[in-house]
Amino acid sequence: MKLLVCISKAPDTTSKIAFTDGNTKFDENGVQYIVNPYDEWYALVRALELVEANGGSVTTITVGTAADEPTIRKALAIGANDAVRIDAPATDPYFVAKQIAEYAKDKGFDVILTGKETIDFNGAQVSGMIAEILDLPFVSLAQKMEVAGNTATIERDVPGGSEIIEVATPFVLSAAKGMAEQRIPNMRGIMAARTKPLTVVPAVSVENATTVVSYELPPAKSECKYFTADQMDELVAALHNEAKAI
Amino acid sequence: MSVLVFVESKDGKFSKAAFEAVSYGNKIGTTTVITFGDASDDVLAGLGNYGASKVLVNKSVDGKNEQQLTRLIHAAAEATGAETVVMIQDQLGKAIAPRVAARMNAGHISGAVALPDTSNGFVVKTYVYSGKAFANVKVNTPKRVISLVSNALAPVATGGSASVEVFNADLGDAKIKVKEMKSQGAGVPLPEAELVVSAGRGLKGPENWGIVEDLAKALGATTACSRPVADIGWRPHHEHVGQTGVAIRPNLYIAAGISGAIQHLAGVNSSKTIVVINTDSEAPFFKAANYGVVGDAFDVLPRLTEAINKFKAAQ
Ligand SMILES: Cc1cc2nc3c(=O)[nH]c(=O)nc-3n(C[C@H](O)[C@H](O)[C@H](O)COP(=O)(O)OP(=O)(O)OC[C@H]3O[C@@H](n4cnc5c(N)ncnc54)[C@H](O)[C@@H]3O)c2cc1C
Ligand SMILES: Nc1ncnc2c1ncn2[C@@H]1O[C@H](COP(=O)(O)O)[C@@H](O)[C@H]1O
Repeated sequence: MKLLVCISKAPDTTSKIAFTDGNTKFDENGVQYIVNPYDEWYALVRALELVEANGGSVTTITVGTAADEPTIRKALAIGANDAVRIDAPATDPYFVAKQIAEYAKDKGFDVILTGKETIDFNGAQVSGMIAEILDLPFVSLAQKMEVAGNTATIERDVPGGSEIIEVATPFVLSAAKGMAEQRIPNMRGIMAARTKPLTVVPAVSVENATTVVSYELPPAKSECKYFTADQMDELVAALHNEAKAI
Repeated sequence: MSVLVFVESKDGKFSKAAFEAVSYGNKIGTTTVITFGDASDDVLAGLGNYGASKVLVNKSVDGKNEQQLTRLIHAAAEATGAETVVMIQDQLGKAIAPRVAARMNAGHISGAVALPDTSNGFVVKTYVYSGKAFANVKVNTPKRVISLVSNALAPVATGGSASVEVFNADLGDAKIKVKEMKSQGAGVPLPEAELVVSAGRGLKGPENWGIVEDLAKALGATTACSRPVADIGWRPHHEHVGQTGVAIRPNLYIAAGISGAIQHLAGVNSSKTIVVINTDSEAPFFKAANYGVVGDAFDVLPRLTEAINKFKAAQ
C-alpha cells in the first residue's frame, strides 16, 4: 500500500496571536512551530499503522520553504519512510493543493491523507481541492479507517449521528480525532530521520487565487459582569434584556 | 451580479443557517438557490422569502457524494451565469466548497463572517487562528466561492416568493456508499445549536451531570463538555468542544467547572455571549466571559435552572 500524507506546520497551540507590518503579517516573534496536530497525530500515525499491518510505504509531502524542515524531520522521526518538500511558501490553499496534486498525479498513491484542517488558517480547504484537481472521491473528517484490498471502510460523525461508509482506492481523506493515538518519536527514530531521504522539488507555476490583505484582532471583550449565586434572576434578566441571548 | 446559493434541506425543512445564506446571497446580487432532496415545492418556494428569485432542485443526488454535488453546483453556476457561489461552512460545506472552487477555478473564502467589501476588489472578512483573529481575504479570480459561518448575519425576510424548477445535470457516478447510519437521537446537533450548556472536570463525575442537563432542558440548549471529560469517558466524544473537538459559535455558551484553557477557548470564543461559573475567581475563563458567577456549580446550576424556568413561565 502506497500512502501520501500531507504535513503542514502550525504555531504551537499556546502561541500568542499578533500581527506586524501594519497588520499584514503574522508576528512570528517567539512563536514555536509544531507539526499541525491533525496531520501528525491522526493522518500520519494512522498511515503508519496501516503500512505496519499491510506492508507498503508512507511518504510525506509539504509545500513550504527550508524553514519547514524541522517539522518534516519530526514526521520522519515518527516513522514516515521518506519526505518531499515542494519548494515554495504556502500562501494560498489553491496554490498548495495544485502543488500536491501535481506531484501525486502519476505516482499511484492508494490514499492521500491530510489533517482535518490547519489550526492557523482553519480553512479545511486544501484536502477537497486536491481531490477535485485529481478527480478523486474525498472523505472528510474520518475518525476510523480500515483498508482491505482496494476497499476502505471509514467511520465518521455526521450532524445528528455517525455513519460507516465504503469507498474504493484511490481517494483523499481528511483525518479527525479518533483515527489514531499520538506517537512520541524515540531516540532511534530521531537518529534515523536525519538520514532518511527528503527530496526538494521545485514548485509549478500557479497564480494565488486569494491574498490576505490584512489581519484584525477581535474587539476586546467588555469587562466580565459578575453575579452572586443569589442573583440568578438578575443574570437571566441581563441575558434577556442586555445580551439578547435568550 | 448573479449569485448561486447552495443549501440543504433536512427532514423536508431548511435551517436558519440556510435562510442566512440565502439572505447573504441576496445582499450581493440576484440570487438563485441550488438544492437537492425531497423538500416540498412550498418549502422550496419559501426560500423566496429570504430573497431567492429562483430555486433549482435536483431529486436524484444524495448528500454523501461530494463529487456529484460538486458537479451539480458547478452545472447550476454555469447555467445561471453566477460569478459568486455561497455555501454554509458546515460539515457538508467544508467537504464540497473547496472542490467547487477548484472546479470553477475560483478563489475560496472559508469561514466568512461579513458581507464582501467591493470598494477595492472583492475582500471578505474570515475567521483565522481558531477564532483568535480575523483575516481580510481578497479574491484574485473572476469567480469566487464563499463559505459562510452560521450566526454571522441574521436572515432578512423580504416577503418574496421564488419559482421552483427541477434541475438535472451530468453528475458522474456515486463513489461513496453509506453502509450504516447511527442516529444520536433527538436534539439539535452541537455545531448548529444556538444555546449550549457545557461542563468540565469541576463537575467531579458523570453521575453529577443531571444538574447540567436540567439547565439545558430548561433553556432548550444542547450539552457540551471539555476535552478531559470526554477523554475519561464521563461524556460522549461528540460533546467535546475546543481546538481538537467541535468548534461552535452559539448565541449563548454557559460553562460550568471549566478552567478556560486556551485550547478550550479556541472552540468557543466565537460565541456571542459567554457565561462562566467557577469556584476559582482566578480561572482564566473569566477573562473571556461576558457574565461570571464565582461559585460552586452544584449550588449555582440548580438556582440558574430555577430562574430560567421562572423567566420562561412569565413570558
Ligand atoms: C494540543 C491540545 C489540544 C487540546 N484541545 C482541547 C479541546 O479541544 N478542548 C478542551 O476542552 N481542552 C483541550 N485541551 C486540554 C486543555 O488544555 C485543558 O486541559 C482542558 O480544557 C481542561 O479541562 P477542564 O477545564 O474541564 O478541567 P480543569 O482544568 O481541571 O478545570 C476544572 C475547573 O473547574 C473548577 N471547579 C472545580 N470545582 C468546581 C465546582 N464545584 N464548581 C465550579 N467550578 C469548579 C476549577 O476551579 C477549574 O477551573 C487540549 C490540550 C492540548 C495540549
Ligand atoms: N503547506 C502545506 N503542505 C502540505 N500539506 C498541507 C499544507 N497546508 C495544508 N496542508 C494539508 O491540508 C490539510 C488542510 O489544511 P487547510 O486547508 O489549511 O485547513 C492540512 O491538515 C494538511 O494535511
